[in-house]
Amino acid sequence: MTETVITPPSERTARKAAPGEAPAPRRSGRRRIALPYLLLLPALLLELLVHLVPMLMGITMSFRELTQFYIRNWSEAPWSGLDNFSVAIDFDAPVGQALLKSFLTTCLFTVLSVGLCWLLGTSAAIFLQENFRGRGFLRTLFLVPYALPVYAAVITWAFMFQRDNGIINHVLHDQLGIGDSPAFWLIGDNSFWALLIVSVWKGWPFAFLTVMAGLQNIPRDMYEAAALDGAGVWKQIRHITLPSLRSVNQVLVLVLFLWTFNDFNTPFVLFGKAAPEAADLISLHIYQSSFQTWNFGTGSAMSVLLLLFLLLVTGVYLLLTTRGRKTSDA
Amino acid sequence: MRRVRAAAVGAVTLSLVLSAAACGGGSNGGGSNEQPKTLTYWASNQGASIEVDKKVLQPELDKFEKETGIKVKLEVVPWGDLLNRILTATTSGQGPDVLNIGNTWSASLQSTGALLPWDAKNFEAIGGKDRFIDSALGSTGVQAQDPAAVPLYSMTYALYYNKKMFKDAGITKPPTTWDELIATGKKLTKGDKAAIGVEGSNLSNNIHQVFVLGKQHGADFFSPDGKADFTSDGAVAAVKQYVDLMAAHKIVAPGNAEYAQNQSLSDFAKNKTAMVLWQTASATFKAQGMNEDEWGVAPAPVPSGKPGTGKQTNSMVAGINMAVFKNTKNMDGALKFVKFMTSDEEQVVLNKAYGSIPPVKTAQQDPTFSGPALTVLRETLSTSATALPQVPEESQFETVVGTAVKELFADAAAGRPVTTESVRAKLEKAQQQMPKK
Repeated sequence: MTETVITPPSERTARKAAPGEAPAPRRSGRRRIALPYLLLLPALLLELLVHLVPMLMGITMSFRELTQFYIRNWSEAPWSGLDNFSVAIDFDAPVGQALLKSFLTTCLFTVLSVGLCWLLGTSAAIFLQENFRGRGFLRTLFLVPYALPVYAAVITWAFMFQRDNGIINHVLHDQLGIGDSPAFWLIGDNSFWALLIVSVWKGWPFAFLTVMAGLQNIPRDMYEAAALDGAGVWKQIRHITLPSLRSVNQVLVLVLFLWTFNDFNTPFVLFGKAAPEAADLISLHIYQSSFQTWNFGTGSAMSVLLLLFLLLVTGVYLLLTTRGRKTSDA
Repeated sequence: MRRVRAAAVGAVTLSLVLSAAACGGGSNGGGSNEQPKTLTYWASNQGASIEVDKKVLQPELDKFEKETGIKVKLEVVPWGDLLNRILTATTSGQGPDVLNIGNTWSASLQSTGALLPWDAKNFEAIGGKDRFIDSALGSTGVQAQDPAAVPLYSMTYALYYNKKMFKDAGITKPPTTWDELIATGKKLTKGDKAAIGVEGSNLSNNIHQVFVLGKQHGADFFSPDGKADFTSDGAVAAVKQYVDLMAAHKIVAPGNAEYAQNQSLSDFAKNKTAMVLWQTASATFKAQGMNEDEWGVAPAPVPSGKPGTGKQTNSMVAGINMAVFKNTKNMDGALKFVKFMTSDEEQVVLNKAYGSIPPVKTAQQDPTFSGPALTVLRETLSTSATALPQVPEESQFETVVGTAVKELFADAAAGRPVTTESVRAKLEKAQQQMPKK
């Protein structure tokens, strides 16, 4: 969700009423204060509607018994209290068990995907910092996955991962002779790795782009000074590059985390409506619970739980990282 | 300044009113005749592609416009999106006037209350209920209620076999029982050639197959009072029998476990798979470059003897129904359009184009539908096909049990054992995912 940062009015008026200027009459001063807000109001209200109304509707739905019998007029669906939530978190029953399993899978997946995206993106950005022949070409090439439409890119991966006709098994099995028989990538346990590969392929260019932008802000003479003092490449990266990228990384990791945790497109295009158990990411799982079994109430409850979890993680993360920065800045 | 404020307040109010209006639409009930000159029609994707469908349907829609002056706006919706699109239209109330639905969803969609019930009066407007064959009418909604839809195209499953592969293996006639199919299948499976194809990741197809096998084992997947009953011995045996074609008998290639896009039909056309159980595959085979004399059609296998009803069921009643959204703004036009599409003449044109069978009795008599392939399908439809359970939870059943079968195929393909217990456990899990009533 976006936040608009507005300069406090007191500061602004203070700035406006520069010394020597005749103080404006009281009435028009108040108007001047009110006008910007008034002009912002329509946008603000629409923004709230676009963001808040669906969210509030979702939260209301999670307290209702919303099945196919009521979707035509969901406001008439009977209230069900916390029933949907108790179904979602009853870890002894299949629905709760499946949700928990999907949640844990998503956690592992996110940690691996974000970690690899960051590592690849940062390495590539540092590598491409030096000017050499072909740097522009490589920079463009690395951004291709980010520029391609998700659907087209992921469907191509789905073709490549096909067991009998896909190029991946063609290379791994037919040419390199790995494994007794060609592996399955789109069903069974390997599907987790297939999903991870596509996710990293799709996600790392963003890390690359962000880190590359961050690197532009590090003064070159710091490296020169360090080199004169005898610091090698690794020491320069450890003591200059990474600390300088701190605030960039803080945002980068958070954004990658939220995107990956909520990613729906990649598994949906790769596996279709029913993801294999090993790659059952939570957003697709919730989609299946709502739209495929028409349990919209339970699906909404799961979404609310997911929202709470992500808010909690984001909050704790921001608290930890900003506090860390304040102490290091001090 | 005051004017600015007034304008701002006005803009805010207007935007609030607009968004409130946008949110609140939908749920009002009955139809009207406010817009008698146009209709919107969502057609399901029946042909090889959406373009093919447009080519088939547009001339007929033009004919309708000429006759009645009503312009039909056509949208062909791919299968994978259709159910979700219908659900969205139901929720928002912003849907088409007339639409196609998969006939197995009739009862599920009926339960939302969004579709026009076909009472005696509405049926009268399209020429009466007696025009349609009984088995097709069996998939139009919950029994003892007014149907939610009218049959449009009918289909059934049959066993398609690859004549060249049969000849090469020295087999002279297609199998008629499951035992024969497995015995024949073992002769046909050699190297990269497999006896029979399945679409292990296609949830609906999985359901169609295990439903028929369930019938043969005396199981229905739903109790007579409409409760999910996925774990009965018959249901478990049916699912196990189907997955065992790959797991135990190894006459299905493991790669089929990930098929969901009719790849088994391509394998068939490429002489890699000798048989498929399919509904109206002729158009696809033609599109894959196969001549009509290269494949044969036989009734799908039964436990023993001849196909019939009950335990000798060998197909579900497949097909497409036509429904009208209750809140249409052109009720009379919608009824006229359904009448047009189910008229004898149009039934012949459309079913011929799609290789399906007309659910309208008189149209079925047309010589077009008496070729050997269509005769098998037609007889199956009238003598040995059973409709899927007409219960509101049918579409959920397709999802959860279809997924269970998909997971079992994944196990079989990976060489993990598929046992009665593992099948029962998957079906148990599926049953618990069904909505509580």
